[in-house]
Amino acid sequence: MNPNLNLWLIPVLPLAGAAINGFLGKKSSRQGVTAVALLFSGAAFAMALWVAARFSSLSLPYHEFVAHWIRSGSFSADFAFYLDQLSLVMLLVVTGVGFLIHIYSVGYIWDDPSYYRFFSYLNLFMFFMLTLVLAGNYLLMFIGWEGVGLASYLLIGFWFTKDSAASAGKKAFIVNRIGDFGFLIALFLLIKHFGSLDFLAVFHQVDSFRAAGNEGLLTAIAILLMVGAAGKSAQIPLYVWLPDAMEGPTPVSALMHAATMVTAGVYMVSRSHVIFESSPTALMVVAIIGTLTAFFAATIGIAQTDIKKVLAYSTISQLGYMFMACGVGAFSAGIFHLMTHAFFKGLLFLGAGSVIHAVGGEQDMRKLGGLRSYIPWTFLTMSIATLAIAGVPPLAGFFSKDEILWKAFSSEHGSWVYWLIGVVTAFITSFYMFRLWFMTFFGDYRGAQADSHGHGSHGQDSHEHGGPHESPAVMLVPLAILAVLSIVGGWVGIGNRFENFLAPVFGLPLPAQSAAESGGHMELYLTLISVAAALLGFYFAYLLYHKRQDLPQKIADALGGFYEAVVHKYYIDELYAALFVKPLIDGSTRILWQDVDRKIIDAAVNDAGDGAWRVSDEVRHMQSGNIRSYAGWIAAGSAVVIAFMIWMGMGTQ
Amino acid sequence: MVPSYVPLWYYLLLSGFLFACGVAGFLIKRNIITIFMSIELMLNGVNLSFVAFAAHWHALSGQVFVFFVMVVAAAEATVGLAIIIAVYRTRETLNVDQVNLLKL
Repeated sequence: MNPNLNLWLIPVLPLAGAAINGFLGKKSSRQGVTAVALLFSGAAFAMALWVAARFSSLSLPYHEFVAHWIRSGSFSADFAFYLDQLSLVMLLVVTGVGFLIHIYSVGYIWDDPSYYRFFSYLNLFMFFMLTLVLAGNYLLMFIGWEGVGLASYLLIGFWFTKDSAASAGKKAFIVNRIGDFGFLIALFLLIKHFGSLDFLAVFHQVDSFRAAGNEGLLTAIAILLMVGAAGKSAQIPLYVWLPDAMEGPTPVSALMHAATMVTAGVYMVSRSHVIFESSPTALMVVAIIGTLTAFFAATIGIAQTDIKKVLAYSTISQLGYMFMACGVGAFSAGIFHLMTHAFFKGLLFLGAGSVIHAVGGEQDMRKLGGLRSYIPWTFLTMSIATLAIAGVPPLAGFFSKDEILWKAFSSEHGSWVYWLIGVVTAFITSFYMFRLWFMTFFGDYRGAQADSHGHGSHGQDSHEHGGPHESPAVMLVPLAILAVLSIVGGWVGIGNRFENFLAPVFGLPLPAQSAAESGGHMELYLTLISVAAALLGFYFAYLLYHKRQDLPQKIADALGGFYEAVVHKYYIDELYAALFVKPLIDGSTRILWQDVDRKIIDAAVNDAGDGAWRVSDEVRHMQSGNIRSYAGWIAAGSAVVIAFMIWMGMGTQ
Repeated sequence: MVPSYVPLWYYLLLSGFLFACGVAGFLIKRNIITIFMSIELMLNGVNLSFVAFAAHWHALSGQVFVFFVMVVAAAEATVGLAIIIAVYRTRETLNVDQVNLLKL
């Protein structure tokens, strides 16, 4: 029998912090707000560590029932939490990285007048994310799923007076709704055919359900779940919101749009691995979407000039890797990459935030440069993160990415095509990351005069802005911790330890095991190739953006239209606008507004009113005030009644 | 042969005649008291048909109903006459065409 862990406290603690800061923060001091926010998010982290410490003594999966929620006939959904190896990894990543980013935000957002609002939202996000991760059934997971969407909306539009931020928030929310629609339909199908949304209850039935010849239905459920995941985790075709989400404050980009929230889709797919594994078609769809997204987003990343946009496309690309892993059935590799990615991408974003902070809000890399000597600590940590994401051994990204590529090649669901695209993507990743690195930190500082503060929100830190300056310690400490994690985070994967840890959840992939034995050398060669790809990317970036800085322009000119297309993100936003947004607006304007609303609904209401008025206007003449006319009406009415009764009486005889 | 009783339709004819007189007076006359008396005429026309039917069908309910009508008519007469006096005191006329303050 398990001891009671009170798992429900982990999400509820940040909720309490959000409520306190949200309701009382306006009147309390910045120090007070900071204390509350850090206390409650730190408490959640401490509890997660406490759970991790007791983890080995638990019989898993640990199930915690808190309260009844919905009871309807035979269907029920409870407030119930669920803990296994997978949720533990997610729990530690979310609370750990989340806590670090809370600390970092203290320095980053200190001068903002809405300081308390920021931390309230941030804690609210933690609450929903932890609900999502710890939920024991799909419905509670969905609450967290929608909740992080809400928090994302609030935080992207944090500087809502800026038009672009407000519309980016809306875009993120609406695109996510499309994905959630798929998720919801999947849940309905689960309720209809399994009668439950509880993870264990559903998963136990999947096998017999499949044996009964319902594989098509399982495929449908899996693909609909994937639609939801594609929305939340910014995969093709629903990735368009993530780059725009960079309008939010940088710590938000780091926490939600890189490290945790966007990985919710990967977590959901991994959590539902039983459903996915029972449908090879769905797995293939996941793998193809992931692979294409990884490659596609990476190519866009090459041509971006906004430092955060580069990282945004990089995030989409890395999420594509995770889905590629899930799609070839290597869920543990996907989760492994999720974890290391949380470290190094969180670090990259925080580093980028530190850079932006240093130069007073400038995000255009063409106006940065030579920052290495101004902000040495940021430079050092960013370098580690860049090496990690590029896949240079022995940093974290190398292990997880290599694991994915190997699984993509060797798994029974895999294929060399995935591997090849993955390696090319790794090369591109390395190239654009080092491009960012060289453009930001090397060469000469190309920043304009100190008076140009493009970033409206950063108007406050115009204090003595002589030149770029290093960030305060409160921002550097999280950077340093994440840098250490970016180095050592991958080591847990050595010798398949991470995979074995997650094995109770995902099972040991036996075919891959045998393939590994037969192809031990193969794995080594493939690893060498991917490392070579990373180094090649570095070399090209060095050549183009450090040694011969005139070359990029020449290449761009030579490529002409294609380069233009890449700079404009393949015109996908424009395509969606023309394909979906404009018809929707036109249809709403012409049909729904002018025809349905004005000509039918409004007209019905107005005509009913007018008609009643006209009839009344006629009828009111009966009320003449003349007693004898009243007498006449009474007599006439009586005559009608009598005539009617006589007529009825004749009918019965 | 002379029938031993007056046939029903004699009563009904008289009743209808009385009622018609009442309706005509009710519609034509301008004096409130006359109108009031016309109403009494209609009531009594109806009463006559009630008792006629009661006698014809040998049923008592018609007779009982007549008593009710008479009681209500008496009450109505009291109230009605009181109102008429009140109207005369304020308006100094009993012509209904001039009692038209509520006219639109």
